[in-house]
Amino acid sequence: MNRIEGHDKVTGRATYAAEYPVEGVTYAYPVQAEIARGRITSIDAAGALAMPGVLTVLSSEDPPELAPDADPELGLFQRREVAYRGQIVAAVVADTYENARAAARAVRVTYQEDPHDVRLRSDHPGLYRPEKVNPFYPADTEKGDVAAGLAAAAFTVDVTYTTPAMHNNPMEPHATLAVWSGDGDLTVYDATQGVSTARDMIAKTLGLPAERVRVVCRHVGGGFGAKGTIRPGTMLAVLAARAAGRPVKVALTRQQLFDVTGYRTPTIQRLRLGADADGRLTAVDHEVAEQSSTLIEFAEQTATPARTMYETPALRTAHRLVRLDVASPSWMRAPGECPGMYALESAMDELAIAVGMDPVELRVLNDPEVEPAGGRPFSSRNLVACLLEGARRFGWEGRDPTPGVRRQGRWLIGTGVASSTYPALRRPSQATATVENGGYVVRVAAVDLGTGARTALTRIAATTLGVPPEQVRVELGDSDLPAAPLAGGSMGTASWGSAVVAACEEALRDGKHGAADTTDAIKAQEDLARHSFGAQFARVRVDMDTGEVRVSHLLGIFAAGRIIDEKLARSQFVGGMTMGLGMALMEATVTDEEFGGFSNHDLAQYHVPVCADIERIDAAWIEEDDRHLNPMGAKGIGEIGIVGTAAAIGNAVYHATGIRVRDLPITPARLLA
Amino acid sequence: MEITLQVNGTRRTVEVDPRVSLLDLLRERLGLTGSKKGCDHGQCGACTVLIDGRRANACLALAVAQDGSDITTVEGLADGDRPHPLQAAFIEHDAFQCGYCTPGQLCSAAGMLAEGGPSAITDDLATDPALTAEEVRERMSGNLCRCGAYPNIVTAIVEVAR
Ligand code: FES
Ligand code: FES
Repeated sequence: MNRIEGHDKVTGRATYAAEYPVEGVTYAYPVQAEIARGRITSIDAAGALAMPGVLTVLSSEDPPELAPDADPELGLFQRREVAYRGQIVAAVVADTYENARAAARAVRVTYQEDPHDVRLRSDHPGLYRPEKVNPFYPADTEKGDVAAGLAAAAFTVDVTYTTPAMHNNPMEPHATLAVWSGDGDLTVYDATQGVSTARDMIAKTLGLPAERVRVVCRHVGGGFGAKGTIRPGTMLAVLAARAAGRPVKVALTRQQLFDVTGYRTPTIQRLRLGADADGRLTAVDHEVAEQSSTLIEFAEQTATPARTMYETPALRTAHRLVRLDVASPSWMRAPGECPGMYALESAMDELAIAVGMDPVELRVLNDPEVEPAGGRPFSSRNLVACLLEGARRFGWEGRDPTPGVRRQGRWLIGTGVASSTYPALRRPSQATATVENGGYVVRVAAVDLGTGARTALTRIAATTLGVPPEQVRVELGDSDLPAAPLAGGSMGTASWGSAVVAACEEALRDGKHGAADTTDAIKAQEDLARHSFGAQFARVRVDMDTGEVRVSHLLGIFAAGRIIDEKLARSQFVGGMTMGLGMALMEATVTDEEFGGFSNHDLAQYHVPVCADIERIDAAWIEEDDRHLNPMGAKGIGEIGIVGTAAAIGNAVYHATGIRVRDLPITPARLLA
Repeated sequence: MEITLQVNGTRRTVEVDPRVSLLDLLRERLGLTGSKKGCDHGQCGACTVLIDGRRANACLALAVAQDGSDITTVEGLADGDRPHPLQAAFIEHDAFQCGYCTPGQLCSAAGMLAEGGPSAITDDLATDPALTAEEVRERMSGNLCRCGAYPNIVTAIVEVAR
């Protein structure tokens, strides 16, 4: 169905965080650290304060009062230590954006600089095993004897893949508008993926009860994880508004986004696979090195998909983390699964070549009965069906595996395949459904970041209530609505939808009103392995004179439970695959080893796919009837589209050229090296 | 400085700081927040508007330099309550997700349809080529969409171009 807010979005009427008209609004502009590690010795704001329109300057010279246990990234201006280049160390509030920006340049910060360490390497002495990896998985797992499995194998692969730091780069930069009322209540218009979560985090950082804070977010210009939790810019607006006694808007620049809103950690991944003469896996070992800042421990769950994917008697997964003088990494679309599956699925391709087996067949052969690491049964698992259906549609049969032999003019042609997977989880949510003006109003503090949540929830409610969608109005994007989890981890629709169904059912029984809270239902659910699966196929052409790679066709087939809305679902899958193409061929943020921070921090130097890069992408799905998920029978679809894409493209590039690039992105320079 | 410009058919006279971009004038002072700021550096196209009928990045245009110009933003594309054909096609083909790039895509597409002439990928530079999907992809590549709505954007534009 067409998006409910479609008309608002095409006419410019949809209001994003920085766009709420607020009387007397002022502007805050951050000052960022110019060193990667050290101590601030003084901050001289006199020059800035004397400039036109300046209202106040915030910094650690006069630390704003916050809860003592405030998160170190969000607890702005509390410390003199600098943890990374680009960290916010001061801010100017002024009557106009131009005045704030100009005055921010006049703030003089002096530092005592210490030597920094910003380079991730697999032999870094600081690597350690974290307690857990995100969000709650063990850092390491071990089953069987990997060394024995490798020793007994007829074929082995021992390869190291690396992925660079990547930035989410939603089109809407993070923005916040904070308004304090006379009696100390706070309203925050924030670009966020979760209004309830944002409210709780803001309140916790301030040491205020949550009821004093309201967060509103009717529309958000994409997040892909970068707006999952609040970032320093949100707190900057809140603190600046309190200090200035005026509403304050903070609209971070694209450049600032690279420093203070999180990124996907770079990874170094060693994969060791063993297979017997028939191609059956005898061992899988996936070991990952990744980074976090000195401020917070963010441990990406990169090796976790190996715990789910393939049957093997010996399986080891391990995460090692090093805390560097870098910005704090955070969630980026399919954190963990995305980089992890790139390495695993590339290594599986290498194994297929070593065994002399078709890569689709190899995956089918090693499909497990139960979850390989924990032994839990799957609620449903249709990877094989996706692989076979994809192979059929793509015309995979009869593929000659020989690399570097298909030529069309100056182009070398190749095809590749990879699997996708993503967990299908839920979080507790509340919702209400009320009869109003002859229709129903459904209320839930969900957020629609472009996923189509508003439309999907309308359909879910209408189906439950047995009325046409026009008779349902969904209110979301306001923390005053019934509390709901954030849009992330592909859990939004499943979590909110469960509560909406329960509330609607109660409203039908009651005749007037229903309210639901799914906390107990989720606690009571069976212990099963719940995952979406998929298969991605890529056709590429490579110009070996220039090293240019073009993706002629991407096909994704997914098994993600019941699809709630075909139009929205296709857009989500295609969007994920598009970002996966970017990961494969162009996306990389380069660490500045000399000065700290990132060397590239705008859209001219951090390349994302443009219209001309996308020639043909098809996404489809197989029917899946899984009763063990939620009342809709749906699995999340926001992230699985990006999982496996880069491997499918990399495998196709190998098939085209015979060159295996194991470091993303696959640039012309790497192909011609 | 005082400037007068025509915005979506209405004459506006405003006093502007010489540092203010056309984009910030629209968004922060004229209450026209339909035009979006994605980069403020001419790298994303989210701010695309029509200046005297030609598509341009409003973030790269200084407001003071627009004295006397005629600006159309996404708010001015529709004909009263009747949506512009591009707006209708974007809705129908789901040519957006978050919608943040959409005003720029729409203004850019409207400007592009009026341009004609060859593009960088046109073989015969003497012709006015048909707007195939390939030509549209090339001509719309100054407008980034991180949600990845490109295939639907192209479908919507090609349909309107016919
Ligand atoms: S905001 Fe103008 S091009 Fe990006
Ligand atoms: S619709 Fe989100 S950036 Fe294009």
